[in-house]
Amino acid sequence: MNFQLTEEHEMIRQAARDYAQRELIKDVIERDETATYPTQHVKALSELGFMGMLVDPKYDGGGMDTISYVLAMEEISKVDASVSVIMSVNNSLVCYGIEKYGTEEQKEKFLKPLARGEKIGAFLLSEPEAGSDATSQRTTAEDKGDYYLLNGTKNWITNGYTAGTYLVIAQTHPEKRHKGINAFIVDRHAEGISVGPHENKMGMRSSDTHSVMFTDVKVPKENRIGEDGFGFKFAMKTLEGGRIGIAAQALGLASGALERSIQYAKERKAFGTEIANHQAIAFKLSDMAVKVENARNLVLKAAWLKDQGMEYGTTSAMAKQYAADIAMEVTTEAVQIHGGYGYVKEYHVERLMREAKLTQIYEGTSEIQKIVISRSLLKD
Amino acid sequence: MKILVCISNVPDTTTRIKLSGDKKSVETNGVQWIINPWDELALTRAMELSEQNAGSIQAISVVSVGDASVEPTLRKALAVGANEAIRVNLVPADSYSVAVQLAEVVKQENPDLVLLGIESSDFNSSGVGAMLAELLGFASVSSVSSLELSSSGLTIKREVEGGTEQLECPLPAILSVQKGIALEPRIPAMRGIMMARSKPLKVVEPVAVEPLSEWIELELPEAKSACKMIPEDNAKELIRLLHEEAKVI
Repeated sequence: MNFQLTEEHEMIRQAARDYAQRELIKDVIERDETATYPTQHVKALSELGFMGMLVDPKYDGGGMDTISYVLAMEEISKVDASVSVIMSVNNSLVCYGIEKYGTEEQKEKFLKPLARGEKIGAFLLSEPEAGSDATSQRTTAEDKGDYYLLNGTKNWITNGYTAGTYLVIAQTHPEKRHKGINAFIVDRHAEGISVGPHENKMGMRSSDTHSVMFTDVKVPKENRIGEDGFGFKFAMKTLEGGRIGIAAQALGLASGALERSIQYAKERKAFGTEIANHQAIAFKLSDMAVKVENARNLVLKAAWLKDQGMEYGTTSAMAKQYAADIAMEVTTEAVQIHGGYGYVKEYHVERLMREAKLTQIYEGTSEIQKIVISRSLLKD
Repeated sequence: MKILVCISNVPDTTTRIKLSGDKKSVETNGVQWIINPWDELALTRAMELSEQNAGSIQAISVVSVGDASVEPTLRKALAVGANEAIRVNLVPADSYSVAVQLAEVVKQENPDLVLLGIESSDFNSSGVGAMLAELLGFASVSSVSSLELSSSGLTIKREVEGGTEQLECPLPAILSVQKGIALEPRIPAMRGIMMARSKPLKVVEPVAVEPLSEWIELELPEAKSACKMIPEDNAKELIRLLHEEAKVI
């Protein structure tokens, strides 16, 4: 048993922290208010290698392990979860999916620009009527011999507008239900793709979330990932890893709120002393710290299992569900500790609270995670 | 041209300093260590010069005097872009003992230019640069806030009372640099962190040196007292307090 991070892990954590505390903090409130996509930050983080940090260096990635990724995600998310969700989708869904299951040609052509951050990826699974129930895909991919013809609508797509590369999940053989589903790499600018308006969200407002419509979009046969019918399994396997990214994001929201609360409680005075000296506040901080520490241990364990090549699906579900739920609790308490100041934007914690809510919903709701966890407990 | 940047390993500037029991040193448990911010600026400028003068700078080395605990700081310098690192295996006792060790490294490595921060953010002695120049007989300029390569050596600007001084300086030279010398310190990229794994970090044994000074006792500064607010229409009270309590007028 060894809880010691390596020197390199510390360096990566510090690099992410430096960028977040030095750069992201400057305009995070304004970008949240105006729902402006963080173009410059995505470019800078790409140059630093954070957009493809898990990818093998031979495909232009950073070659880092999942623990490094979790540490970076936590630090970025402490300040700006809109930026970290862009990073998470690109790293742990799109790059990971192509690197793990794509062909050599697909990796050369599509993975390299994604790993360099020259293009950003989006993962298109959710539909207007297929969220948690991902088997009910209505988007169709008709086999036309040399190509597939895509038709349908995808919802809630992170990076929907700015992405250069889409990973699209669609139904080819409806009669086979989820075994007829395929996954495709699609050029975002292919003919027949139209992108809906920017969703006006409660939090993570500067990440661009859109609906995407496909009308007779031709996708070359060689852009299918894996064998015919592999798409649903591909999506589920990829989401297993994606959960670690969102769990780390939720952890960052919680630990960021805790850091701000500790600082505020040591400065703010009430009844003649700093509020940290009142047990009502000190015990809140204590409860928050225990939850953050538990979440961090779960998230790091899921990352460690993945790095060891061991089964991590259940642990990543536990990490995602627990970190998301405590992120909601901890950020809410942070607002309470800040009192009136917590309810205004300058103190950041109200934004962290709005952002935490999404971590309980996307990339598998907390309830879906409980299905994953309980099924693994009850299977024979 | 070869550049050697001297790096001091210091506690993060937000560290809450605690003294050890005998009050002769600082408690290091739980301290986060960083590259001394002024040394980091020196390294950043070295990197900038290397990029702006393609081909004219062959290598940037970094050196630190300390035990193995300074290695993460040196590896960060490698991740940022230095080509190689040297650690002199000695926990230094004072500025003089650091300067003596660095002088030995300079003699071995033969850099054309030695850069270091104007001071270290832990002990702030500002002594090493000038001592090192004296030990080596190199040209030395302190408080450098602008540095460019020129055909004859270096073009330097430094802050002086009431203005800026511009100098030409031959090589080899030792410059202690201050704020303004470079843009913001760089954040290491993943590629740099990965490459740092395989860059050389050489450990050399120290030469014998007797420190010229000794720590007798450290003490923490007095805690800041609470801010006194004086109503704007009571200038007399302000003057009285400045005179009688603060004793500044």
